[in-house]
Order: sequence, then C-alpha cells, then structure tokens
Amino acid sequence: MRAVLGAGALVAALAGPAWAGPAWAGGVTVQDGWMRMLIPSRPAAGYFVLHNDTDGPVQLVGAASPACAHLMLHRSVNESGQERMMMVEHVDVPAHGAVTFAPGGYHLMCMQPSMQPGERVNVTLRLAGGATVAASFAVKGATGE
Amino acid sequence: MNGVRRRTVMLGAAAGAAGALALPALAWASQDIDVSGSSPSLRFTMTRATDGKTVTAADFRGEIPLLYFGYTSCPDVCPLTLANVAKVLKRLGPDAKPVRLLFVTVDPNRDTLPVLKQYTAAFGPQFVGLRGTADQLMALARRFRIAYSVTVKGSDYEVSHSSALYAFDRTGAARLLIPSLATNPPDIAGTADDLRKLVEGGAGGGFISRMLSAISGIV
Repeated sequence: MRAVLGAGALVAALAGPAWAGPAWAGGVTVQDGWMRMLIPSRPAAGYFVLHNDTDGPVQLVGAASPACAHLMLHRSVNESGQERMMMVEHVDVPAHGAVTFAPGGYHLMCMQPSMQPGERVNVTLRLAGGATVAASFAVKGATGE
Repeated sequence: MNGVRRRTVMLGAAAGAAGALALPALAWASQDIDVSGSSPSLRFTMTRATDGKTVTAADFRGEIPLLYFGYTSCPDVCPLTLANVAKVLKRLGPDAKPVRLLFVTVDPNRDTLPVLKQYTAAFGPQFVGLRGTADQLMALARRFRIAYSVTVKGSDYEVSHSSALYAFDRTGAARLLIPSLATNPPDIAGTADDLRKLVEGGAGGGFISRMLSAISGIV
C-alpha cells in the first residue's frame, strides 16, 4: 500500500489507523469512501460522506489521489428528464452537518484512473483554508460490487 | 410492489365489443408508463460494438430490448443506470435471459467501438453497445423523442442526455417507458416485475392476449 505523506495524511496516520475507516482533521471526517472503476481509458467516480463536527462551516474545494491524474468535484443534475454533469468549485458543509457524494448527485470525477476493483486507494480532500483530510477508498467495479 | 387489483370483466355476446374497449391495461409499476400502441416499434441501423457488424431491430426480435442513450465518459449517471439494470437482471433470475440492454452512445466521436465494447462488457454480457453515424443516432433518438446534446468547447465536452429507458417486447413493439433508473432509491423490484411480464408475455399485449389475461386473472 502506497503511503501518501501530506500534512493531512500524517495527522490521520498519527491519529488513527490509516488503512480503513474514517480519517479526520480537526473534527472533519470522511467515511464510506468508494470508487466506481469502469475502464482504464474512462473516468472513474468517487463517493463518500464528509462530516463536519466543528462549530463552524467548512468548504470542500478539491481532491487528489495518486490513483487519478486529476480529481474534480462534479455534480449530476436531472432537469425534466435530461441528465447533465457540471463541475463544482466548492461544496459548503454547515457546522455539525454533512455532505454526501453519492451516485446521481455529487461525485468525484477521477481522470485516468489507475486502480483495480478490490483494492483500496488513498484520496485527500482539500478544505478551504488549506486543511486536508485523507481517507482510504474501496475500489469497486462497474456494477458497484 | 406488485399487488394489483384486477377487475373481473364480464364478456357477454352483446357486450363483447364494448367490453373489449373497457379491458384493463396490464398494470405496471408506478413510475413506468405504458406506451403500447403510442410509441413506434423499434427500428434502427447501428454498428454493434462487440463485433463491428451492422445491426437493426430485426437482430433483437425474440428478445426483450431495453433502449438507453448515454456515453462512456459519464462516470456517474450512466453507470448508475446500467448498474441498476444489472440489479434488475439479477432479480429476474432465469427470466433475465432474453433481456438486452442496448446502450446507444450519444457521443460517437469519442466512443469508438473498442471503448464501447469494453465499457458495456464491464456490466455484463447482456449489455450491447451500439454506435451510429450522426444521422443514424439522430434518426433513432428522434423516433423515440429522446433528447441529447454534445457541445464541445475547446477540450471540454458538455453532454446531456435523457434518463429514460424504453422497453420493447419480442416483436419489437414499444411497451414501456421507464423515466429513470438513476433515482435514489431506484425501483428495482417494480422494474423487474414489469420486465417479467414482457418476458412471459410471448408476443405481448395484443388485444386477444390482453382479453385472455383479464378473463383468467393472470397477468
């Protein structure tokens, strides 16, 4: 398993198990992270729940992973039966709230994925202000299994 | 949920004609729309991704085609829809055998045959990738009033497409419009029940079979 040494990852590694489960940076935790891997030449999708247990709002502004050339925040929108995808600059998470990235809504778009179903990959989420929170995501296949 | 209350239809000699008009339609899951007789039959010319052959609707006679328009660079809604179709197939069990998901790419410029083949194979052998020229795609989409658009801005693509799936019976007649299998939660059970009716229906919803179904109380 590759070690990702960013400040956030280091905090997470010192604070708890780095191989599974939630990772946290000052009251912000990421849980249930998973990737849907399709085919190598097409983007994969990432999903998770971001919990903000602090007394103030936080803002998710980006993401990175060694398993993706680029990771972008996206949102699927259905308007009158028409589906489209839009890039998202940031997502606000209110104090003592959470945001869910799930199929059909917010998702991470992982460009040029290098991962296999059954593996785990590290994903670092970036918050406004510079804090990061890293977590290990389970890689699933196209059908989500 | 598949609990359906069916009205008993009395067919007297005199009431025969009027009774036929009053026959209940097959009852479908709440989100699925009966388009029997109102949407056209399946007709298209496309290239099949698995073998590069030109195929038409005739190649799917005897099977239960599900028509869906999407593109492979979409990592969220299209895979979600196809993954839910895979769940429906699983729930159908042996009845899933004749069902084919026809994945028609609205992005033929980027979705080459090898990519389409690899992508659909990731969902299962019953997922068939179809790719056409711009004209072939437009003809099929227009036939079923499916909207799509591909806008290229520099290196950025913006694609929009309908969430709907159309289900056809073994004769190629349009039977159901499924508005979306990308909702949360999806109606896996209801969709499976509806497709099972098409699988078991033989030649499908002709007047005679509907009449016999209503009389015998079997759907």
